[in-house]
Amino acid sequence: MKPRLRIERRLDVPSWMNWSIPAGAVGVALAAGAVLLSLLGVSPLAAYKAMIQGSLGDAWGISETIVKAIPLTLAGLAVGLAFTMVVWNIGAEGQIVMGALAAVAVVRYAFVDNSLVMFSLMFLMACLAGGVWAGFAGFLKARWNVNETITTLMMNYIAILLADYFIYGPWRDPSSLGFPMTTPFPEAARLPVLGGTRVHVGIFLAVGLAILFRVLYRWTKWGFELRVIGNNPNAARYAGINDLRNVVLAMFFSGAVAGIAGMTEVAGLQGRLQPGFSGGYGFTAIIVAWLARLNPMATILVSFLLGVLLVGGDTLQVVMRLPLSSVQVLQGLILFCVLGAEFFRNYRIVFIERGERREWKS
Amino acid sequence: MEILIPILSAAIRSGTPILYATLGEILTEKAGVLNLGLEGLMLLGAFSGFSATMVTGNPWVGLAAAVCVGMAVSALHAFLCVTMGANQVVSGLAITMFGTGMSALLGKAYVGETIRGLGILPVPLLAKVPLLGPVLFNHDPLVYLSYVLVGLTCWFISSTRWGLTLRAVGENPRAVDAAGLSVARLRYAYTMVGGGLAALGGAYLSVVYTQMWVEMMTAGRGWIAVALVIFGIWNPLRAAFGSYLFGGVGALQLRIQAAGTTVPAPLLLMLPYILTIVVLVGISVRKGKGILLGAPASLGQPFHREERD
Repeated sequence: MKPRLRIERRLDVPSWMNWSIPAGAVGVALAAGAVLLSLLGVSPLAAYKAMIQGSLGDAWGISETIVKAIPLTLAGLAVGLAFTMVVWNIGAEGQIVMGALAAVAVVRYAFVDNSLVMFSLMFLMACLAGGVWAGFAGFLKARWNVNETITTLMMNYIAILLADYFIYGPWRDPSSLGFPMTTPFPEAARLPVLGGTRVHVGIFLAVGLAILFRVLYRWTKWGFELRVIGNNPNAARYAGINDLRNVVLAMFFSGAVAGIAGMTEVAGLQGRLQPGFSGGYGFTAIIVAWLARLNPMATILVSFLLGVLLVGGDTLQVVMRLPLSSVQVLQGLILFCVLGAEFFRNYRIVFIERGERREWKS
Repeated sequence: MEILIPILSAAIRSGTPILYATLGEILTEKAGVLNLGLEGLMLLGAFSGFSATMVTGNPWVGLAAAVCVGMAVSALHAFLCVTMGANQVVSGLAITMFGTGMSALLGKAYVGETIRGLGILPVPLLAKVPLLGPVLFNHDPLVYLSYVLVGLTCWFISSTRWGLTLRAVGENPRAVDAAGLSVARLRYAYTMVGGGLAALGGAYLSVVYTQMWVEMMTAGRGWIAVALVIFGIWNPLRAAFGSYLFGGVGALQLRIQAAGTTVPAPLLLMLPYILTIVVLVGISVRKGKGILLGAPASLGQPFHREERD
């Protein structure tokens, strides 16, 4: 007896699927990555073991994973906010760079020897820089329906080149022996770190903002409006929700949070600006947001997991001499699988047994 | 005039890779599928074209290999978007991530190598025409192929039966389905053709234009191509004009740098990206004033046969 298959749309999604489907997708992606690694002549088991050991094997590894999870959480929340209203902010990378540039500018031109003043100033300016950078794209989208995917992406390139201009030009450290980097931050402008690790207080900002976003989406009128615009723009317009203003506002806050990520990276971790300092957090954040299904609390967890991937990738580079791009390939595979897995959330496959009466619905 | 000729000629050459990707994306989007993976597809094409040329010594084999790779990877995009009904924006981003990573990973061994790619082949007689000859007809064969393709896609989309079906799939897939044609099959086909053309554009960069392989060598050209589709309001002829405009800006910026200007290089390098935004804003502002929207009505929306709209 041959069972026949039928695919039908799910009416409601069982709650266990909320975590099992993304987890399964990551599993499939890692399996595909394993095939790829063995084609490259690397033992996938050894590679994955090295990644886990490097990122979770000891206290230092875990702390490094958290170091990567901080900007990922912030940037993941940032793009998640825009994605909630189906505005494609692909520009978190550029907004991170703008936030970092603002922090460096504050230290350079408005330095006060007081940590609290410096943090507040850097925080505000980074929010403003990232927010305006993204808000501009939001304004173009709201006013003239200019495709925001492309404008935010182009603004990534522009922001990175702008940073290059300052790093190679007017802000270059004269005592850096010709290396392209800005002058190191004075002690008062550095974020405090926890214990003997490199984990900086940005972690509290990341967790705090995640909670704030949770409250915003769940319990505020604005959060509700954002979700309505995302789910049904026509209903939103009919209900009198100003979607134009909300697009600009959401993009501004999205960029502001990404800008904070740039500020904490430069003030908490590196203490100066170097070319390519962000290293793609803004793009990885897209995977974070999508895997977390735009849920702020899940964003923290997913960021930690992708932190494992990034730190593990560094280990791979050292131990197995695999280039860092292998992590990017894995990221692409994860995103493919997560997208494909959505299908199983939306549909279910039913076996039709012989003799079952077919129902015809008009 | 004498100064203009080399700049215009360079504009054609550096616009050609963008043109291939733009033409491909027009076909894909006309079928209702948005492929934001052009950047990744171009990089994969650039890498596979280069490596296949190096291994076989024949640039044509390299270009063919690039097209095959582009079609294979964009088939994955089609699988996710058409069969699985996944989000097309995110799938395109995944293609770009995967392509960027994969080309860098596999291409590591080829950095610094050189190949003998396609050379210049002046068209007999036509190349002698004053002004037009050196600008248009003193190039490599792929440039001529792109001229032919622009005309061919224009004719195909507007005047053939297949072109009508293509437009219908993008505008009203339900009608195509009712007419007894497979929406899925058509969308797969045009996504793969578009991916193949994007990869060919990438391969043009490595096999013909620079004749070397550098990581991330497309430098955003794939994204510019996505923007040019909108700029060209889904019309191949306008897209060609846009591509050469961007090629011209790229060529001009190289010339300004070579002439020893005091403007720092990063600021000059921003030009094409700023121009993209300006052009996009320009076209969108005009659209608002009643110019025909060219976007296919079902662009980006998956088609579910069993569901009502």
